[in-house]
Amino acid sequence: MTATVEPEVGRARTRKEDARLITGRTRWTDNITLPGLLHLVFVRSPAAHAKITAIDTDEARRMPGVIAVFTGRDLADVQGSLPCAWPITPDMKAPPAPPLAVDQVNFAGEAVAVVVARSRAEAVDAVAAIDIDYDDLPVVLDLAAAAADSDLVHPDLGTNRSATWVFDSADAGTGGDVAAAIADAEVLIERTYRQQRLIPAFMEPRSVVVDPTGEQLTMWSATQVPHILRLMLALTTGTPEHKIRVIAPDVGGGFGGKLQVTPEEVLAMVIAQRLGKPVKWTETRSESLVSAHHGRDQIQKLTLAARRDGTVTGLKVELLADMGAYLRLVTPGVPILGAFMFNAIYKFPAYHFSCTNVFTTKTPTDAYRGAGRPEATFAIERLMDELAAELGRDPIEVRAQNWIRHDEFPFTTVCGLEYDTGNYEAATARAKELFDYDGLRAEQRERRERGDVVQLGIGTSTFTEMCGLAPSRVLGSLSYGAGGWEHAAIRMLPSGKVEVVTGSSAHGQGHETAWSQIVADQLGVPFEDIEVLHGDTQSSPKGLDTYGSRSLTVGAMAVLKAGEKVIAKARRVAAHQLECAEGDLEFAGGRFTVRGTEKSTGITDVALAVFAAHDLPDGVEPSLDSEATFDPENFSFPHGTHLCAVEVDTETGFVKIRKYACVDDVGTVVNPLIVDGQVHGGLAQGLAQALYEEAVHDESGTLTTGTLADYLVPSAVDLPHFDTDRTVTPSTTNQLGAKGVGEAGTIASTPAVVNAVVDAVRHLGVTDVPMPCTPMRVWAAINHRSADSGLGTEAGGGLGSLDTSGGAV
Amino acid sequence: MIPTAFDYLAPSTVDDAVRVLADAGEDAKVIAGGQSLVPVLRMRLAAPTTLVDLGRIAELRGIRDDGDALVIGAMTTHHDVRRDPLVATHTALLRAATDTVADPQVRHRGTFGGALAHADPAGDLLAPALALEAEMVVCGMDGRRAVAARDFFVDYFTTALRPDEILVEVRVPKHTGWGAHYEKFSRVAQAWSIVAVAAAVQAEDGVITQARVGLTNMSSVPVRAHAVEDALVGRPATVESIRAAAELAAEGTRPAGDGNADVAYRQHLARVLTTRALVTAVGA
Ligand SMILES: Cc1cc2nc3c(=O)[nH]c(=O)nc-3n(C[C@H](O)[C@H](O)[C@H](O)COP(=O)(O)OP(=O)(O)OC[C@H]3O[C@@H](n4cnc5c(N)ncnc54)[C@H](O)[C@@H]3O)c2cc1C
Repeated sequence: MTATVEPEVGRARTRKEDARLITGRTRWTDNITLPGLLHLVFVRSPAAHAKITAIDTDEARRMPGVIAVFTGRDLADVQGSLPCAWPITPDMKAPPAPPLAVDQVNFAGEAVAVVVARSRAEAVDAVAAIDIDYDDLPVVLDLAAAAADSDLVHPDLGTNRSATWVFDSADAGTGGDVAAAIADAEVLIERTYRQQRLIPAFMEPRSVVVDPTGEQLTMWSATQVPHILRLMLALTTGTPEHKIRVIAPDVGGGFGGKLQVTPEEVLAMVIAQRLGKPVKWTETRSESLVSAHHGRDQIQKLTLAARRDGTVTGLKVELLADMGAYLRLVTPGVPILGAFMFNAIYKFPAYHFSCTNVFTTKTPTDAYRGAGRPEATFAIERLMDELAAELGRDPIEVRAQNWIRHDEFPFTTVCGLEYDTGNYEAATARAKELFDYDGLRAEQRERRERGDVVQLGIGTSTFTEMCGLAPSRVLGSLSYGAGGWEHAAIRMLPSGKVEVVTGSSAHGQGHETAWSQIVADQLGVPFEDIEVLHGDTQSSPKGLDTYGSRSLTVGAMAVLKAGEKVIAKARRVAAHQLECAEGDLEFAGGRFTVRGTEKSTGITDVALAVFAAHDLPDGVEPSLDSEATFDPENFSFPHGTHLCAVEVDTETGFVKIRKYACVDDVGTVVNPLIVDGQVHGGLAQGLAQALYEEAVHDESGTLTTGTLADYLVPSAVDLPHFDTDRTVTPSTTNQLGAKGVGEAGTIASTPAVVNAVVDAVRHLGVTDVPMPCTPMRVWAAINHRSADSGLGTEAGGGLGSLDTSGGAV
Repeated sequence: MIPTAFDYLAPSTVDDAVRVLADAGEDAKVIAGGQSLVPVLRMRLAAPTTLVDLGRIAELRGIRDDGDALVIGAMTTHHDVRRDPLVATHTALLRAATDTVADPQVRHRGTFGGALAHADPAGDLLAPALALEAEMVVCGMDGRRAVAARDFFVDYFTTALRPDEILVEVRVPKHTGWGAHYEKFSRVAQAWSIVAVAAAVQAEDGVITQARVGLTNMSSVPVRAHAVEDALVGRPATVESIRAAAELAAEGTRPAGDGNADVAYRQHLARVLTTRALVTAVGA
């Protein structure tokens, strides 16, 4: 008897993959070793913008253990140009993006040469012996100056502006005219916000191993996107796709940072091919911080029009987005993923969005958790608080006045998106209760009246996001280079065990557990009898991988569809065995039962019978195995209300999070523990943007936050207890009723925290604090000083004062 | 990521250590807990040809009572300093400062002597050593000598240690019964101090009789806030007198500016944190 009693979906199971991931006793890419393995170490440019005038590798080539040294010139004919899959406009300007710089470097940290040696230590020694002469070019660091084309990053392009992408609700016929709304506005809120540059800072550094010795070249890589990577490697290097196998073994986090086709992956492949030997590259943390793609980095010019009664009438968004020096895989599209989200959960009648993508001499940017949507949510949620302050009203009340009511779903927004379901009232009411909103407001008043050194601030943020990327036809209309479907297969093994193959490549999310729960319920087999296979183009040959909160809403849907096919095939065989019509069979708990009788057979018994194939109905092939590809019809739209209370020390500017409560609606929950984990991790990253993290460059373009002593990733000690809860409004766009949860916490939390900081000191004349809200910035805002004035260049002490510019060593 | 090649020596006595250090010459370096040195080596900011590991020298470890002072062996880990009852009783300031150093992993390897010898102006143990008027006992080929804390810290990452000398132990005068507090200001828990203030105060009948205030990261070396100390003596141990005295905290400091704090903000923090450190120290 294999039926499960209690449904698996909804059960708070600890994850089956955790023991091996937490102990590290597993196949991280860097743990893989092969006979005769050679090691790659890169020489990286210390200059942000320079001509390469000479590279002397003679001494390095003669050093012990060194097999080869390659410069960009050596590989120019084979290395190709790194792919960009998202040409957002037909006239988008994109410079060539050689994996190894050839004549010119365009950001500090760009790879300039690579040493191949028998050991990593020998390679590092040889790197130190390579002499490179640079002729400095003017650096282009400031986004606004870059957009004005003062100095050019890529002179051949004639401009730093890569593309401008526009959406206008009047032109699209989805809403009114913003210019008119602004002209008629009774209240105008005009603000400029900066989304600082962030670094994804995944836990496992990037690593790649290439074995060129088989008929198929095999690449192991710490990547989120093995399937995309395989195709792109074929297109970039000219090696036929069927001659490449990509494996993403266990991958330790990505957050978008491993949604990439990296220079190092391409170079490891072409070098392995040239030498005919397996090679490995694993980055150092400093190398990761300076050369793996960064995220965010926008200047947002915003105009919100409203009536005195608080009704919003129009929203105009003008963005400058920093591409960095090159367009990587989806760099240009990241701000566009936010284009439809600035209106958020509100009923704006008119909307205009424009974004100009700009090159600078900095590390390229690309997807980072939320990708475009956190930026949009920040902007609108800060504006809603500013509107409430302007009107002297409660910020939640102003939001409620403008949001889509639960009885108005499905709702077509001013961008033309159809939000299927939601209940913002319910989530907000529950969040207020969890948070003790009224109690904290009372304490805030009391502290203000007392003139306490520590002032309390309360910040609100609601959010929705379009996730579950994505309906292929929508991606097509946005000029994205691929579809948004996902693939799955189910294999019924003769012994009753089940293999689930998924194209969605987990890198810490817990797919193995969640998929097993779903399939256990669907097929009625025990959780333990299911194995989930993923991340290897040989075992899971088809897929579009994991990002954009798509795994459950798209990937698991493909699994369910495959399961339905398995059941349909099994039903036919069961009917044959039980000598009844297919229509007479009921399937539940893993058993086919002849309606109204005791006669039944289990699906695993059918699997064994099919394996034996001794007695199958005519025309039935001896296999229950099935596959399916699912293309969603719509995005999914999770939402939530987040409330944050901070204590601001007005003497020092230090911000302490006093209470954080959030209620997310992610639809049906497959595993509450996994959902909580996603929310907590997301909150940590969102809070980090608000308070701690920032990639800073000095005036020469050197990343000064090049170690984790300077790039402040908060630890558990720095984070508050999170009071989380959920409302459940199932999605109607997929059969599971699930909405994405991967990005929720990150998207909603940043504005909640900043709103709270501003709320704490608004009575002192503060209307904004730039992110991250460092103690100095908060103190400067309170004292109406310019925030970053008078910085000395001397070291401030600590490990952070060490010079860590460029260089792999 | 990988240091340059070096020879590794692990002597078992102080005399041997000094000898091998002298023999190895200019490019030799001592390694204690490695918590500061190893990152420097891995980033190749230093490339010593010989490393002399002090980890096997038993006499460098431990804390003993020596009458009017505690003597702390240079190789005593932060963890052991924190747990030691003598330290808690007689040099509570040191205990308080050590509590704020890094995280448990680092505290189990990093050493008191290493932290002082490293002389990072953002390090948390320099200002307490200075405020408590500790004495560094160092040993070289010419034998032992004692160096007062105020003479030991010379500049950023620079001490009075000569190339052939090692720090053997630190004599910390007892401040039994003094109120003490270390007020550290940093952005995240495991980060270095942006500014910190070490305060130890002796009071009798509500009047301050002696005060010691040391500042972390307010110059290239730890500094004593003498003006504050002088202004406190003879005053009532109240918030008002402390606040007035703390106004003088930034006098004569020459802090660096960086992304976390510019000069004016650091000096402001010094005043605020001095007030807080003293208020907690005296229990006002
Ligand atoms: C993640 C992290 C966080 C940290 N946070 C803090 C913090 O918040 N506050 C803080 O104060 N410190 C912090 N530290 C530094 C820590 O306190 C170190 O332990 C200390 O600075 C150095 O001690 P060590 O024993 O590891 O010395 P090592 O790293 O071994 O040596 C440091 C230097 O001192 C020299 N040296 C060591 N011992 C002797 C000796 N007996 N005689 C002569 N020379 C010697 C070495 O040659 C070297 O130049 C942190 C370190 C890390 C890695």
